[in-house]
Amino acid sequence: MAGKVVLLDFWPSLFGMRVRIALAEKGIKYESKEEDLSNKSPLLLEMNPIIKQIPVLIHNGKPVCESLIIVQYIDEVWNDKPPLLPSDPYQRAQARFWADFVDKKVYVASRKIWRPKGKEQEAGKKEFLETLKTMEGELGDKPYFGGETFGYVDLSLIPFYSWFYAYKVLDNINIEAECPKIIAWAKRCMQKEAVAKTFHDPKKVLEFVAQTRKKYVSRNH
Amino acid sequence: MAKNDVKVLGAWPSTFVMRPRIALNIKSVNYEFLEETFGSKSELLLQSNPVHKKIPVLIHGDKPICESMIIVEYIDEVWTSGPSILPSDPYDRAIQRFWAAYVDEKWFAAMRGLRIAQGEERKAFLDQVTEGLALLEEAFGKCSKGKAFFGGDRIGLLDIAFGSLLGWLRVTEKVGKVKLLDEAKTPGLVKWAESFCADAAVKSIMPETEKLIEFSKLLMAQMKGAPPPKN
Repeated sequence: MAGKVVLLDFWPSLFGMRVRIALAEKGIKYESKEEDLSNKSPLLLEMNPIIKQIPVLIHNGKPVCESLIIVQYIDEVWNDKPPLLPSDPYQRAQARFWADFVDKKVYVASRKIWRPKGKEQEAGKKEFLETLKTMEGELGDKPYFGGETFGYVDLSLIPFYSWFYAYKVLDNINIEAECPKIIAWAKRCMQKEAVAKTFHDPKKVLEFVAQTRKKYVSRNH
Repeated sequence: MAKNDVKVLGAWPSTFVMRPRIALNIKSVNYEFLEETFGSKSELLLQSNPVHKKIPVLIHGDKPICESMIIVEYIDEVWTSGPSILPSDPYDRAIQRFWAAYVDEKWFAAMRGLRIAQGEERKAFLDQVTEGLALLEEAFGKCSKGKAFFGGDRIGLLDIAFGSLLGWLRVTEKVGKVKLLDEAKTPGLVKWAESFCADAAVKSIMPETEKLIEFSKLLMAQMKGAPPPKN
């Protein structure tokens, strides 16, 4: 079960953060290797030749790719620690459904904000807020998406909170006003050490988002 | 389990709908297949899948489960007396899930592009599809370890994810006059496709190519007649 664990990562990555949180929740010691995504290392290209992306978990030399697949792998291997997914098959299916929603809807909508200011960006912002409102509906009055305890869905969404300050400053998106329950939930998650320690200074994230977005927009628009 | 305790909402031509049906067949679970009318969505569908409003939906008792691969994993976890669909080793499970996600997110998009695109764009999609098949051929070699399926002796998660696309792959080959699965380039996949389609869990529900071609004409007509998509 132990053995050598290496994580190929990139500090602002939402997907890398999911894996870091899972590893911290399970108390797993690992070596972190920071990738320069404009100059990918031979190790990354060898371990993830198909998608060539981080995060990649390398466990005893064998790579596991795709953040949610990695999280499920961690949950299954380190099964002596409290589980990240529920044990009931129906609850598990619901957890997988909502984590998939975060990937296919919340994340995809958040990328539409990466457009020059104008009608398209406004539509993107609206769509992003809609997806967060849907998540809010699913959360309801529960403290966490997982119920009483932090779990798989919480882990899949919480990294987005690290970008909310940037969205406020750069795009004037006031998530606190539009989705207050999501903010309350996020602050609750941040009280967990496993979550808080993966977050960086919001100003550093803001700088990163601003720079990267400028490059992206000039390349694509 | 009583037949009306398990329902699948779907449609016969759909790749995604095939997946839970294959899984239920593997587990020898009787189910009621409720077919949606082409071009409209039933009340039951809208109630059971209010978020995406898409098929397939598995309704077990009164509980709906959505998203084809999530449904397949659910089926595997509930009906444990039948043959396993996922392997037991966590690393093997991760590999099956990775390739299933690749098929859905990358390769499926290229296949769909290939069916619709023209000219230079079509060539680009064809290259992507062919590259993907080369990767899947390699993955097949590693996963199958000389056996008939990605899952080994029996159909597994990745067989279901990828095999469910074979009907439409054949349509693309016939209508597009292009050979995608090729004895020279992808011999493993050619044999695998035959074994998959012949399997008892698949045979009765894999749509005939000719029927799919007819259906695709209906789809094209609907696409052309449909109002332009809102941005």
